[in-house]
Amino acid sequence: MSRAPYPEAPRRIEDPALLRGAGRYIDDIRLPGMLEAAFVRSPHAHAKIGAIDAEAARALPGVHAVLTRADILPHLQSEFLVVGLPSPAYKQQRDRPALAGAETVHVGEPIAVVIAENRYIAEDAAQLVMADYDILPAVSDCRAALEPDAAPVHLGAPDNLIAEFNVEYGDVDAAFAAAPHVLSESFALHRGGGHSIECRGAVAAHDAATDLLTLWVSSQMPHSAHRLLIDMLGRDENRIRVVTPDIGGGFGPKLVVYPEDVVVSVAAVMLGRPVKWIEDRREHFVATTQERDQFWEMEVAADADGRLLGLRGTMVHEHGAYTARGINLPQNSAESVPGTYVLPSYRMNTRVALTNKVPVTPVRGAGHPQAVFVMERLLDRVAGAVGLDRAEVRRRNFVPAEAMPYERPLKTRGGLPVVLDSGDYPKCQEAALSAADWAGFPARREAARAEGRRIGMGLANFAKGTGRGPFEAVTVRVGTSGRVHVYTGATAIGQGTKTMLAQIVAAQLGGDIANVTVTTGDTAATALGIGTSNSRVTVTAGTSAHVAATKVREKALATAAAMLEVPAAELEIAGEEIRPRPAGGRIPNVKVTLAQVAHALNGTPGYSLPGGIGPGLEASENVVLDSPAYASGTAVAEVEVDAETGGVRLLNYVLAFDSGRIINPMMAAGQAIGGTAHGIGNALFERMAYDENAQPLTTSFADYLLITAREMPRVTVISCESPSPLNPLGVKGIGECGVVPAAPAIASAIEDALAPLGVRVSSAPIGPPEILALIEAAHTKA
Amino acid sequence: MKPPPFSYHAPESIEDTVGLLASLENAKLLAGGQSLMPMLNMRYAQPDHLIDLNRVDGLGFIREEAGGLTIGAMTRQREVEFSPLIDRLCPLLAEALPLIGHRQTRNRGTVGGSLAHSDGAAEIPTVAAALDATLTVIGPNGRRDVAYADFPAGYLMTALGWDELLVSIHLPAWGAGHGYAFEEFARRHGDFAIVSAAALIEAGADGTIARAALALGGMGAAPVRARKAEAALTGRPGGAETIQAAAEHCLGLEAQDDVHAPAAYRRKLAAVLARRALARAWERACARGGA
Amino acid sequence: MTMAEMRRITLTVNGEAREAEVETRLTLADFLRRELGLTGTHLGCEHGVCGACTVLVDGRSARSCLMLAVQAEGAKVETVESLAAKDGALHPLQEAFRDHHGLQCGFCTPGMLMTLKELLADSPDPTEEEVRTAISGNLCRCTGYQGIVDAALDAARRIREGAS
Repeated sequence: MSRAPYPEAPRRIEDPALLRGAGRYIDDIRLPGMLEAAFVRSPHAHAKIGAIDAEAARALPGVHAVLTRADILPHLQSEFLVVGLPSPAYKQQRDRPALAGAETVHVGEPIAVVIAENRYIAEDAAQLVMADYDILPAVSDCRAALEPDAAPVHLGAPDNLIAEFNVEYGDVDAAFAAAPHVLSESFALHRGGGHSIECRGAVAAHDAATDLLTLWVSSQMPHSAHRLLIDMLGRDENRIRVVTPDIGGGFGPKLVVYPEDVVVSVAAVMLGRPVKWIEDRREHFVATTQERDQFWEMEVAADADGRLLGLRGTMVHEHGAYTARGINLPQNSAESVPGTYVLPSYRMNTRVALTNKVPVTPVRGAGHPQAVFVMERLLDRVAGAVGLDRAEVRRRNFVPAEAMPYERPLKTRGGLPVVLDSGDYPKCQEAALSAADWAGFPARREAARAEGRRIGMGLANFAKGTGRGPFEAVTVRVGTSGRVHVYTGATAIGQGTKTMLAQIVAAQLGGDIANVTVTTGDTAATALGIGTSNSRVTVTAGTSAHVAATKVREKALATAAAMLEVPAAELEIAGEEIRPRPAGGRIPNVKVTLAQVAHALNGTPGYSLPGGIGPGLEASENVVLDSPAYASGTAVAEVEVDAETGGVRLLNYVLAFDSGRIINPMMAAGQAIGGTAHGIGNALFERMAYDENAQPLTTSFADYLLITAREMPRVTVISCESPSPLNPLGVKGIGECGVVPAAPAIASAIEDALAPLGVRVSSAPIGPPEILALIEAAHTKA
Repeated sequence: MKPPPFSYHAPESIEDTVGLLASLENAKLLAGGQSLMPMLNMRYAQPDHLIDLNRVDGLGFIREEAGGLTIGAMTRQREVEFSPLIDRLCPLLAEALPLIGHRQTRNRGTVGGSLAHSDGAAEIPTVAAALDATLTVIGPNGRRDVAYADFPAGYLMTALGWDELLVSIHLPAWGAGHGYAFEEFARRHGDFAIVSAAALIEAGADGTIARAALALGGMGAAPVRARKAEAALTGRPGGAETIQAAAEHCLGLEAQDDVHAPAAYRRKLAAVLARRALARAWERACARGGA
Repeated sequence: MTMAEMRRITLTVNGEAREAEVETRLTLADFLRRELGLTGTHLGCEHGVCGACTVLVDGRSARSCLMLAVQAEGAKVETVESLAAKDGALHPLQEAFRDHHGLQCGFCTPGMLMTLKELLADSPDPTEEEVRTAISGNLCRCTGYQGIVDAALDAARRIREGAS
C-alpha cells in the first residue's frame, strides 16, 4: 500500500525536521538570560478587584518581578486591546485590558504576572499573590443574559446586549402565509475550544542597543499582533518585530492577539531580559478564546414538492465577556444558512449577548457549522413532512451548476454580495451517496434491525466562503545562490503552507520544490500580511505566489534570453537551469543558471542590466481578492446507536468536497479528514461546560473530550473539483470543509437509526445521556 | 502546570518506608504516578514530602497463593496484564485490565497505586470489590489485613492510616468453571468508566446459580456491591429472566451526578451493564462449567 | 521550602550516558527538554492524557510529564531524537509518516512515533484495530489519525520485509 492513495503528491518539505523532533516551536526557543512568566488569573467569574498583595511572591528567591496593571500602565500608550472587526451593529464596546484593573469579568482573566528564573518558581510565586475580591453576580447563560432582570456582565452596563442585527431578503411573511408546509424547531448548538495540542506561547526580547523588541508568538496572525503592539506600546513598526516559530496547530483561537502577548512584551522591555510565557492546558481552558452557545428558533416554509419558500427565525449568540475579534461569528452564521440551496426569502434576527466567560472567537468552521446544522435539520423535517427521501429533498432545492455564479440577495460583513462562484452540488452529493451506498442502506438497516441493531445514515451539505480577502502578501525572490525564496504574511499552522507555496512557485521556476524555501509569518520579511484563518491561505497566498512566481519566471526568461541570445519563447526552466527546450531529439548545450541570472539582475556598477525588465529576480504581490471562493461538499455518516445506553458508534463516513483545483491531494485529504475528526467531536463529544455561576467545569482533557483513534472512523474522501473563476489557479480553501457538515450528518444518522421511535436530534453536541433521554421521551409519547 | 516543591525520598525497603511514613508530616506515597503526578502538576496536592515507592524491594510480585492470586502493591498493571497466572486464577481481572487507560498508563501504573488512590470508577477497585479481595497493609504496629469492603472511606480516601503502606492484595479464586464478565461504558477508549459492571457466577449442578457477585463501578466514591441483585440470583435458575430481574435492582442504587452523566442516567446504565455482564458470565459458566 | 532540593542522577538517554544534578520536582519531560536540550519531546497537557510527551523508559512507553527526572535514575530513556540512524537516515516509521501524511503540525508526532515504536516491537504485524488501540493514548487534533494508522501499518510491513 505504498503511498496509496496519492502516490504522485509531493511529500511535504516540513516533514523531515518535524519527524526528527527538530521542529522549533515556541517553547523550544531559549535565549540567554531568559526568564519565565506565570500569570495570576481571576478565580471568579465576576468580581471587583481590590488590593493585590504581591509581597510574599516578590520575596520568593528566583522571582524577578510581579507586575500588576499599575506597574505596566506607564509603559503602555493605551491599555486596551482594541481589535473588533468593524460593524455598525455594536451597541457596546468591550475591549480587553492588558491586565485587569478594578473589575474582573471572567474566570481566567489575567490579573498579574510573575516573572521568575523558571516556570516552576513562577508558579510557586503566583500561588502567593493574594488579591482582594468582592464577588459580584455572574451571568452564565446567554439567553438569561438578555432577560430584563439579568445582572450586568460588566458593572454599570445598561444591559448585556453587545450587538443586534438583521439579515433579510425577499417577502418572508408572504411566503409563510401561502406555504402548504410550515414547520418550526429550536436548536441548541455549542462548539468548544480549539485545543491545538500545542497551547499558546510568547517569547519577548528587547535589544537595548537597537531598541528592537522582538516577539516570537505561536500566532496565526503576527501582523495583527504587530499592529496592536505598535498602538499599545507606542513603538513604531521598525522597533517591533513579530515572528512565528513552528506552530503546533491553531484552529482559530491562535489568530487572536491576547493580553498575555502584550504583557510579556512590556515585561521584556521593563526588565531588560527576554521573557517567555508558555500557556499550560488548564490556562487554555480559561484564557484562550472558544466558540460556545447559539440558540436558534426557526421556522421553515416549503411547498408541496418540498421546495423551500422561506426561512425565518431568531438566534442568540454567546459573545463572552469581551470583544476579542468581533461579531463575525454570528454574522457568518446568519449569512450562511442558505448554504447550497435556493432560498427565495429569508429573515434572521440575531442578538449577541455578553456573558461572564472567556471571549468567543472563531474555532475551525467559524459559525458555519451551526448554520449548516440548522438548515440541514430543517431540510430533514421538510423531507419528513412531504414524504421525500432526505437526499431527494436536497436535490430539489440545490442551486444548480448551470446557475453559477449565483448571487444571493445577501451581503457579507464587509458589505460584499454573497456570490457562489462555482460548484456542482448535485454531482458532489451523488458522489458521496454512491460511495456510502445510500441506495442500498435501507435494506441493510432492516437487516440490522432484525438482529436487534439500530443503524442509521444521514447526510448534510455545505457551502463555505473561503479565501477571505482582501489579500495575502507574498514575495518571490531568486537569490544569487540560485535558491528560490518565498516570503509570505501567511502563517503555517500545520496545514502545509510551505509545501503548497513551494509547489505553486516551483511550477513556474524549475519544478523542484526542494529548491524553494518558504518563510512564513514574520513582520521583518513582509511588511504587509493578514495571516491564517478562514481556510484562506491557498486562495490568497497561493494566488499572490502564483502571480509573483509568474512574473519572476518572465523576468528570468527575458534575462536568460538576452544572456543566451535565444528567444525567450524557446526557453524553459528545469531545476536550476534555464535552457532551450529540447527540439528534434537535440539536447541543447547552452544554458544559464537561476543563480547566474540573479547575479546579473543584482547589477554591477556601471553596467546595464540584461533583459530590459529591471533589477532583481524577484516580485512582490498582494493580489486583491475581495469575494470569497465558496468551497462546498456533502458528508454522509453511518452510525450505530445502542438504544439502551445512548452510545453512538460511527461505522462509516464519506466526505465529498469541492475545493476547486487541488494543489496537493494528499494534503487536501488530510485537511478533510482532520476537519471531520473535529466535526465528530462537535457532534458527540466536545462541550465546554460551566455552572450557573460561570465557573468552568471542564478544565482538563479528562473532562473535555477530544476523540482518539479508536472513536474515529475511516473516512472516504472524494474531491470534486469545480475550479473557482475568482483566482488564476482556480483554488478554494479546504481546512474547514470537514468540520462544517459533520454534526448535522451525524444527527440525521442518529435519527435514522432511531427512526421507529421518532427521536429528534436538534442539538449538538449530544451525548449518551441526552440520547437515552430522547429515546425514553419518545417511548412515553408512543 | 509544574509540581510544587517537596522533599523527595526514595527508600529501598518496606521497613524504611514505614519509618519515613511514621516520621514525616504531610507526606504522600508515589507509586506509578498516573494519578498522583497529574494532581501534583495541577497543584491539587501539595505534600511536603514525596516518598517514592519505585525502589522498594519486595513489593512487586504475582503469586498463586491459598487458591487465589496475591499481587504485590507495586506490581505494574502491565505485568499483571501479561502474566500467565491471571487467565487461570483471575480471568475477571484479565478482562478488566486492558480497559485501564492506555499502554502508557499501564506500563507505569501499579495495582496498589490504583487501590490506594481509590477512584470509584477505576477498574481494579471494582474487580477487588467483586472478588471480596483482602488487602494487606503494614504500619508501625505491624501488618494487618483489610477486607476490600472496608477499604474505601470517601472520595479518594481509604482506610489506610497516614502511617501505613499497602503491601499486597489477595484475590480469592472462584471455582474452575466459573463465569465472569467485565462490562464497561466509557465515552472514549481508555477513559474512566461512566459505569462498569463486574460479574461472577458459579453454576450449580442443576442449572441454578450457585453463587453470584456483582460490583458496579462509577456509581460513586467507591465501587458498590449490588447485594439485592446478588440475592435475586443465588439459588435461582440461570437464564435471561432471572438475570433481567436481578439487574433491575441496580435501578435502586445510589449514583453520582457529574459533568459526564447525571445520576438517573447512571442508574439506568448500571441496570443495562449488569444485565449484559451477568448474561455473559452465565454463558461462560455454562460453557466452562459444563452445566 | 525555600531552597530547591537537588539530586544527582545518572541515566542513559538515546544511548548516551548522562549525568546531571536536578531539582527533585523536575519532571522527566522538562529534564529532557531543558537540561538536555532534547526538545523533540513536547508538552501538551501535563496531566497524562494527550501523550505528546511519550518517551520509552527501559523500552516501555511512558508519559514523561508524569515522571520525575529523579525516577529515571539508572534507566534507559529513548526519545524521538533516537529514531533516525546515526547517518541521518530516517527510521521506517518516520519514512512511512512522510509517505502517508501522518503529520500536519507535528506537535503530537514525537509521542506517536515512540508509542508506535513500542507497538511494532511487541507486535510486528498489528491489525488496524491494534494500531488504533495502541495510539488511543496519543491525541492528534490535526490529522484525524488516518494517515498515522496507514503509516504505522506500512512501517510494520517495511520492517518485517527489511528484517527477512
